[in-house]
Amino acid sequence: MDQRTTIVTTEPGGVPQGLRDFAGDWAADQEVFRRVHWGKAMMWIFLLSDTFIFSSFLVSYMTMRSSVTAPWPNTAEVFGLNVFGVSVPLLLIAIMTFVLISSSGTMAMAVNFGYRGNRKATARLMVATALFGATFVSMQAFEWSKLILTEGVRPWYNPMGAAQFGASFFMITGFHGLHVSIGVIMLLIVASKVWRGHYDRKGDYSAVEIAGLYWHFVDLVWVFIFAFFYLW
Amino acid sequence: MATIADDLRPLHHPKSWIGKYVWSQDHKVIALQYAGTAISVGIIALVLSFMMRLQLGFPGRFHFIQPENYLQFVTLHGMIMVVYLLTALLLGGFGNYLIPLMVGARDMVFPFVNMLSYWFYLLSVIVLLSSIFVPGGPTGGGWTLYPPQTITGGTPGSNWGIILMMVSLAIFIAAFTMGGLNYVTTVLQARTKGMTLMRMPCSVWGIFVASIMGLLAFPALFVAAVMTILDAVAGTSFFVPQIVSMGKLTQHVGGSPILYQHLFWFFGHPEVYIVALPAFGIVSDLISVHARKNIFGYRMMVWAIIIIGALSFFVWAHHMYVSGMNPYFGFFFATSTLIIAIPTAIKVYNWLLTLWRGDIHLRVPMLFAIAFLFTFIHGGLSGLFLGNVSVDVPLSDTFFVVGHFHMVMGVSPILVIFGAIYHWYPKITGRMWNETLARAHFWVTFLGAYAIFMPMHYIGILGVPRRYYALGETAFIPPSVHYVNMGITIAAGIVFAAQFLFFYNMIWSYFRGPKADPNPWGGASLEWQTPDTPPTHGNWGPRLPTVYRWAYDYSVPGAAHDFIPQNEPPGAAGSRAPA
Repeated sequence: MDQRTTIVTTEPGGVPQGLRDFAGDWAADQEVFRRVHWGKAMMWIFLLSDTFIFSSFLVSYMTMRSSVTAPWPNTAEVFGLNVFGVSVPLLLIAIMTFVLISSSGTMAMAVNFGYRGNRKATARLMVATALFGATFVSMQAFEWSKLILTEGVRPWYNPMGAAQFGASFFMITGFHGLHVSIGVIMLLIVASKVWRGHYDRKGDYSAVEIAGLYWHFVDLVWVFIFAFFYLW
Repeated sequence: MATIADDLRPLHHPKSWIGKYVWSQDHKVIALQYAGTAISVGIIALVLSFMMRLQLGFPGRFHFIQPENYLQFVTLHGMIMVVYLLTALLLGGFGNYLIPLMVGARDMVFPFVNMLSYWFYLLSVIVLLSSIFVPGGPTGGGWTLYPPQTITGGTPGSNWGIILMMVSLAIFIAAFTMGGLNYVTTVLQARTKGMTLMRMPCSVWGIFVASIMGLLAFPALFVAAVMTILDAVAGTSFFVPQIVSMGKLTQHVGGSPILYQHLFWFFGHPEVYIVALPAFGIVSDLISVHARKNIFGYRMMVWAIIIIGALSFFVWAHHMYVSGMNPYFGFFFATSTLIIAIPTAIKVYNWLLTLWRGDIHLRVPMLFAIAFLFTFIHGGLSGLFLGNVSVDVPLSDTFFVVGHFHMVMGVSPILVIFGAIYHWYPKITGRMWNETLARAHFWVTFLGAYAIFMPMHYIGILGVPRRYYALGETAFIPPSVHYVNMGITIAAGIVFAAQFLFFYNMIWSYFRGPKADPNPWGGASLEWQTPDTPPTHGNWGPRLPTVYRWAYDYSVPGAAHDFIPQNEPPGAAGSRAPA
């Protein structure tokens, strides 16, 4: 199918042939990524850019946390839940993480059913993914309100010590929550198009996979936020 | 699948005037919208710079320039020139116009997103300019917008100006991301048959790598903007420590100003190359076309662009030698900074070797390209001084720095932009500009740039600090400095006036200029081979061109003409066997 020219070099030494072939494949005409949907390529590049945004946020958070002189709150206590008088550390966040990771599972199944052309299963799984996402955001709202109302944490103030705790927590989880909310909206739009048979007529379910890429990315970012905020 | 590049259906063909020229999805119209907006806002920045010069050359004579106005002019001038003019014009303007034409595509891969990119850009410009009219005026914290200065009382615009500036930057970043994703994906996925990456003209390479860099560097600025806005609005302490401001303790506690500087320069240094790399690419093409010679060492030129782009992410803290960061950082960043000189020097030698024994036509675009070589080499050499920690420390925050960066990333890219506008104007408008006006514009601009910025190096070495409203009576500043400043201001006035020759020439020629040849310079790259001049929507008529060779087949021995277009099949009349 692909007719690619191999650059054969006879010079001794220099760049190894395998590397030359790799560069030759990349540099071949028309498309670097053969038969890859333009939107999919673009989504990957966007996610690379977005990675830099989250990395900048998290690296800033880490430098702040290691340089502040005021004490940092004990995360196990702050993020614990009181269940029937027993304080369970990290309970809420464990459920949130579980919900979000489950949503990645349903998303992956949706992509699979999409490529098999199973319209209804795809749409249902995407709606399930969106519901998981919405659950995650609602639980985040609950966590925020607990921190603000019960613990008295504010962006500019934190009764347990360093003011940067509240500031960076609200900023970074807020930015992530915004990503999840946008993802939920995007999933619902694509799901409704799937349901109405838009992609059957086009014969192309790539949009499901592109939405899925974004969703998995948001999920992956959460793993880092979880590790840096709750486990550190 | 949307990957069939020759499919005409995805193109959105509007019928109404508004659809064609306002809400247009045609990359060429979007490019002109970008360029028009960028140049308009650039004129504002030009006026601001002249006001600063008026104050510096004739201190106290102009009562409407108060100290706080001067700081606001400095800030707005710098930010507009770097971000809203150079970045927008080189990537949004030239990137949009040239990429699809040079790689043989009908349009960008997602024209609608491309259109949104422009409208977000326009919105960011409007937000920025609106800060002039809010209470307190625009921010006066210097273009680097360092906290705590920018958001604590006493600095002009610390109440509204800084917030609007940061909001505007965040919107600009969103706009750039939408555009940049399009540029990168178009280069990767939408090239025409035969257009391998190593057959692309250097212009596309420069814009392509700069777009990737923008997508990776602007995030740091976005984060810095968000955190500054929160510090100013929500009272957080990301960047502002507890300090006494206007005789009162601030509400902030424990923030790190150095963190802002790291974030800012992680964006700021790649930004220099986001501006420079497209200029490098474009100037390579100008030199090659007008010297009727292939670019010397094409592969090396491409790799140098890539390596400069990659290295530029590891040098940012050379802007922070005097910031109080760990001194060992200075050692690392001085080393990486000087390593960048190697690929950059490769490029300069290759430009000179392209000129060597070429059939040089000193047309106006070529004059600007050669002028770029002068200013870029001079600006690069003063960069060697500033890249070394021990030499940089006494020169920091003096006019030497101002002279350096204006030569290397102000004048140099602007000269390339002028050259590029003269070079592609016949293709864009279908008309030719006036030669006499263009030459007059060139000589005044080129020599004037030296008259303005060379003396700045001298007064910088004397120790004259930058960003000062007035020097006053200071023992270490000799009276000659005041005469130098006056001279710079007069030169700046002349250069400022000369730009109107350019604007007049461009506007007059658009309506009255003689009809231009579709390929007046004998260019081999694809954009000169379009069936229509100016190219119509869809660019290529019914069939996409097929590319058989690289973009630099000039003066090929045995060929009938002194250039062979990229889309001329091998064995066709006058060409030689494929390379």
